[in-house]
Amino acid sequence: MEIFIDPFLETPALKRAFAAALAISVAGAPLGVLLNLRRMSLAADVYTHTVLPGVAVAFLLAGGSMWAMIAGGLISGLIAAYLSGVIARMTILKEDATLAAFYMISLALSVILLVDNGDGEALLEVLFGSAFEIDKVTLLVITTISSATLFALAIAYRALIAESYDPGFLSSVGGSGAAAHMLFITLVILNLVIGATALGAIMAVGLMTIPGATARFWSKNLGATMLIAILIAAVSSVTGLLVAYHQGLPPGPTVILSAGLVYVGSIIFGREGGLITRFGRVPHLES
Amino acid sequence: MSNSIIHLQNLTLGYNRHPAVHHVSGKFMPGCLTAIVGPNGAGKSTLLKGISGTLKPLDGQVKIDGAASAGIAFMPQQAQLDGSFPISVLDTVCMGFWREVGLFRGITSEMVDRALAALQAVGLDGVENRLAGNLSRGQFQRVLFARLLVENAPVMLLDEPFTAIDEPTCADLFSLVHKWQDEGRTVIAVLHDMAQVRDHFPETLLLARECIGWGPTEQVLCTENLATARGMSEAWDEDAAICERDEVA
Repeated sequence: MEIFIDPFLETPALKRAFAAALAISVAGAPLGVLLNLRRMSLAADVYTHTVLPGVAVAFLLAGGSMWAMIAGGLISGLIAAYLSGVIARMTILKEDATLAAFYMISLALSVILLVDNGDGEALLEVLFGSAFEIDKVTLLVITTISSATLFALAIAYRALIAESYDPGFLSSVGGSGAAAHMLFITLVILNLVIGATALGAIMAVGLMTIPGATARFWSKNLGATMLIAILIAAVSSVTGLLVAYHQGLPPGPTVILSAGLVYVGSIIFGREGGLITRFGRVPHLES
Repeated sequence: MSNSIIHLQNLTLGYNRHPAVHHVSGKFMPGCLTAIVGPNGAGKSTLLKGISGTLKPLDGQVKIDGAASAGIAFMPQQAQLDGSFPISVLDTVCMGFWREVGLFRGITSEMVDRALAALQAVGLDGVENRLAGNLSRGQFQRVLFARLLVENAPVMLLDEPFTAIDEPTCADLFSLVHKWQDEGRTVIAVLHDMAQVRDHFPETLLLARECIGWGPTEQVLCTENLATARGMSEAWDEDAAICERDEVA
């Protein structure tokens, strides 16, 4: 028992990491479900990389200040997302092509920035997370953003669902699908940035998309799917942080691997379209 | 002339400057029941998008009378919706309340009752909690009609509502359409089945990018007009010259 509880009592840093991970799970997992429904899980991965140059610049200018890294990541992520949206609407290129270009440019830029100026340790921290170094102010920023995300989601919920399911209908009744989409992208990037402070820029997206995809194996109901996704994200975070703490590993990968285990289990045992229900010998129903 | 509810004035709609609907003028009168017919690529769906306002004209304009300001309801082609989306039948129908509730208000229990009544009216009792994607094609078409019912709009635009739908379902849905006409609503529908058009639609707009004929169905669907429409060139000329025609037809 002491393996699970004592570290949280003894170490304030772990307590803060724990609180941050829960906040990130609660807001990020519902976004992951929506990403999955909009077939944008891979796009989220791309947005993560566009966050990197901002994080890198902030890291170089302000050292390890997480505050600055959040602001930097947010600025570069939003610029890339909006620009690719604008380019997709104004030129012949579709959004996936413009995003792919931004993604590679961002990655190249950040590697040059970090390798040229920083040390290897810094690069690892930015990429794979420093959950155990979250201070009080950063924790406050993380919880504020995740609360605001839930609030925004609650308001835009119906618009986002309608825009994902039947965009033509939404615009025919005067709803702005473009506004809903932009709000959604902004929320995704905000949450990727706070996720990056704890789990690292590369890993943050996993805590959003993996629980989102996994939860679809367990419910047909959208609201329930989101709650299940939150639960999966929260359990994976806590498990991953404990493993990282006890084994001295970077927290990002251990959290994502925990989520990955649940994912693999769900593929096999999932009630809604898992392998066993599809190919196992289960008797068919009467009607 | 009496007041039209939708007035197309030299309307040209298209994509990337290439017209899909070219210099179409004419009027839909209030309470009319009009079929839009024409070959594939004739611009039928594009015209519906232009009327519903989701596509901006390249030229000319669509004038909507004040009587239609309460809204133009639009029913998309079924193939455009994702069958694996986890949304219930009831929630799909309740999307029709968007104009009433907008972003900030909720669906009231009175609205849920109206949605259930709409499902009953289209012959779908007791399926409200099922997933929309689990219904058959005919059943789902009924759901889309129920969504139109709760929209309660004075103008209804239907994009291929009877394509690949079995006969009993078509019969039920046609009786709904006739009921709408009795209530004074304007119904404009894209159809492919000429027999259905002749049986149920007093007026027809025959489109082949340009307007070939528009008026009483029997006159419009004459052999000569149909042959003209079939002869429409679907070619997309990359180097097409700028269209100089600007007189109002």
